[in-house]
Amino acid sequence: MDEIERNKRYNSYVEAKIAKTHAWPSLFNAFWVGGLICTLGQVFNDLILYIFPNVSTQSAWAYTLIILIFLASFLTGIGVFDKIGAFAGAGTIVPITGFSNSITSPAIEFKNEGIIFGMCAKMFIIAGPVIVSGTVASMIVGLIYLIF
Amino acid sequence: MSDWYVYLIVFGTGGLVCLLGQILVIKTKMTTARILVTFVILGVFLQAIGVYEPISEFCKAGVNVPIIGFGASLAKGAINAVKSSGVLGIFTGGLTATAGGIAASVFFAFIFGIIFKAKTKKL
Repeated sequence: MDEIERNKRYNSYVEAKIAKTHAWPSLFNAFWVGGLICTLGQVFNDLILYIFPNVSTQSAWAYTLIILIFLASFLTGIGVFDKIGAFAGAGTIVPITGFSNSITSPAIEFKNEGIIFGMCAKMFIIAGPVIVSGTVASMIVGLIYLIF
Repeated sequence: MSDWYVYLIVFGTGGLVCLLGQILVIKTKMTTARILVTFVILGVFLQAIGVYEPISEFCKAGVNVPIIGFGASLAKGAINAVKSSGVLGIFTGGLTATAGGIAASVFFAFIFGIIFKAKTKKL
């Protein structure tokens, strides 16, 4: 068998083995799960403002996000988040829950490589690029704002 | 508590943002990290050109909970800090505004990382 033929057959084999993302159901699932997470955030935010009326709007949002981060981190720990994630796709990645999951998940996975170089280092394998790009972009915005 | 239709708006707009993310996943086969980076930069950009505040007024958690809100508070923090403390604000503003979220994510990841063991993945 020549090499080109072999590669072709291998590619079609890989293609058949890859789990296919069915477009329409996944779009629908991403929509309603994502929407539900945001609604949950709004409920927490309203509850915080209702129970503690003197909290500022900005602090209330910070608390809301911290609660969502806690829930996502916990659900990742007990292994439930991955199942929801497989079902909802971007519906769980795009909300702040995805950011939290992206830190907790490698933290648990790389624990067996040691606490320092495993867990603590690998925590930022996905969140690192996010924090770096966000920080740099915000500094550019600050710089432009200072000049103009 | 907000009126019921506010929750409807939040559900709809938040869902749309995630739908947009899912379209990116399907069309470009982007990984989680790339999706998150794209949306953070989008948030920074929207805040910088001043469009984010009116959108946030209308959508509330619909844009604040998605990672776009994270980018927006980075940019907002930087702008406000430049107003109040000048050049130093460029360096301190962004991360100060988002410190709560980052610290919480790291802290909970550390705690639950210690407590829970990795599960073998079933595909």
